[in-house]
Amino acid sequence: MFEKALKGNNNYWIWLAFLGTFMAIGAICYIRQYNFGLGLTGMSRDVSWGLYISNFTFLVGVAAGGVMLVLPYYIHNYKVFGRITILGEFLAIASICMCLMFIIADLGQPIRALNVLLHPTPNSMLFWDMIVLNTYLLLNIICGWVILTAERKQVKPPKWVYIFVYISIPFAISIHTVTAMLYCGLPGRHFWLSAIIAPRFLASAFAAGPALIIFVSLILKRVANFDAGKEATDKMVTIVLYAALVNAFFVMLEFFVGFYSQIPGHMHTLQYLFVGLEHHGHVYNNLVPFMWGFVVLTTAGFTLMAIPYTRRKDLWLAIGSASLFLGLWLDKGIGFVLAGFVPNPLEEITEYYPTLNELLITIAVWCTGFFILTILYKIAVGVEHEVEA
Amino acid sequence: MDKKRREFLKIAGISTLAGLGAPAVVDRFVSGSSPLAALAAREVETGGHGEPAEAQAAPAEHVQQSVTTGIRLGMVIDIRKFIDNPEMEKECVRVCHAVHNVPVFSRKKDEIKWIWRTGYENAFPEHTNYYRNDEIEQNEVLVLCNHCDKPPCVRACPTKATFKAANGIVAMDYHRCIGCRFCMAACPYGARSFNWRDPREGLDMNKLNREFPTRMRGVVEKCNFCADRLGRGQQPACVEATGSTKAMVFGDLNDPNSEIRQVLKENYTIQRKPSLGTSPSVFFII
Repeated sequence: MFEKALKGNNNYWIWLAFLGTFMAIGAICYIRQYNFGLGLTGMSRDVSWGLYISNFTFLVGVAAGGVMLVLPYYIHNYKVFGRITILGEFLAIASICMCLMFIIADLGQPIRALNVLLHPTPNSMLFWDMIVLNTYLLLNIICGWVILTAERKQVKPPKWVYIFVYISIPFAISIHTVTAMLYCGLPGRHFWLSAIIAPRFLASAFAAGPALIIFVSLILKRVANFDAGKEATDKMVTIVLYAALVNAFFVMLEFFVGFYSQIPGHMHTLQYLFVGLEHHGHVYNNLVPFMWGFVVLTTAGFTLMAIPYTRRKDLWLAIGSASLFLGLWLDKGIGFVLAGFVPNPLEEITEYYPTLNELLITIAVWCTGFFILTILYKIAVGVEHEVEA
Repeated sequence: MDKKRREFLKIAGISTLAGLGAPAVVDRFVSGSSPLAALAAREVETGGHGEPAEAQAAPAEHVQQSVTTGIRLGMVIDIRKFIDNPEMEKECVRVCHAVHNVPVFSRKKDEIKWIWRTGYENAFPEHTNYYRNDEIEQNEVLVLCNHCDKPPCVRACPTKATFKAANGIVAMDYHRCIGCRFCMAACPYGARSFNWRDPREGLDMNKLNREFPTRMRGVVEKCNFCADRLGRGQQPACVEATGSTKAMVFGDLNDPNSEIRQVLKENYTIQRKPSLGTSPSVFFII
């Protein structure tokens, strides 16, 4: 089937070349970082995780979001998703690849990464995260590839593959739950120390993942003559809207707990995120624009997708799903991780500014992910066309 | 269908009973006379630094203060002694960083520190109050790794590169650390530093302490309670720097006859963020 990725029109190759350029730039930047150390990033003793881990966290969610297509189709036999389930599975593959790249980019000693396997440590959440992420990746590769191959041959997929499909569903939940547990089990980090982190992560994931699939399917409709179908799109919009609402609800609950209890530790980071935190006469607020961007973009995206008039126009739906996706990225892919380090355990404030080198590596990982996604979707759409022909 | 349901109820009932019954059986074992159980209990007691066997039976204290057996090294810092002599505080920092080849970088972003001076409210954010006395207001407190009895950093490390030694020291294996910095996120005391760049660039290679290794870039490091010096029968470097002032007392918290236990007995001491349940082994006399 891979040969389908080797044939394409000019736009296809230009798009891949565009992504490839950023990948090459990022590769050079990574070599620089590898040779100098993580000192080339904006991270510091106080803010010890930066863009790499924050984007990793968000992308785990995108990967888990694919399950919102897999579950209705395979568990509830919701036939309408038949054409697009493969998009969810392939999105999961591309997202996990990005996650793994971000982890490697973030390690101080990447060549020792296998120590996690050589010295397995079950009390560390990172150990479990490694296990569930890699298993989920493998499951999606197996399920996606086997089912697509069967579709191409126009036969029913072999029965055994359904075992993996069903296992992949709880695994989708587990990857984001364990990723939340990286944060919410740490004493002394008040902003993260909240039992609602895992459900909040899942809610935002189930909005962001399908939102991206809606956006991409609208592009596929234009450039690849692949129509997800009106009913399927509408159903995805419903899923996204409910998930986005639940996410907003959870965020507001965090505000209630912090500001009604008036416990300083529970308020500081929220203040830092949304209005800025005053400390020794200086107001620290470098994440404030991002968080208001999150509020504005998710609200706008939600509205555009909720109003029937705009939802039925492809352009508005594309803008709506893209802005919702971007908004959720600002929340989880920027704010959540970076702000958790403010204030630091000694109640001092250090702000984080990524360096150019770090930004280019981050962009390159995203481009690599979209490169993989493009190729996978090209294959999937190619098979669809072949079957229909 | 009906029959299936009955089967299910039967199985559910039996397993519930088993679930309720099991703890009782275990209880009997633990309190009973079985020699096997007694041995197991001993194992727990002498296992060193786990939960003490009598933990559950102990009076409901807000925060468990951990084990009473085995060696547990700890430190008492008498900040009153430093108030008269702030230079001694700086000397502690200087000596520690010299002995352990801790690099000095001009950019704060690259900073590495094992022991340092900080404000009272920074060291004890849970103990802040209005109108502190001048002495505390104007002086700084020495802080370092607390070598917690229940260290969150050890729990977080995915490779056991940071671990708790049998004597209670929370130690680092620089050769195993992958540099994920999970421990830095987990430590509620900000005790850990990361080698963002080659540490030798921040060291005067002519003044190296040849008895202690330099680190490589990309690994985490922190105070090690001078495990190497203890092995040679010396006191930790910072304690030695305070001379005979008794501003810092180091010893085995589990030995009732040790000097540190006498100091703890005679003085009111506090720990940093005790409510987190980490059981720090560093105590402060204010």
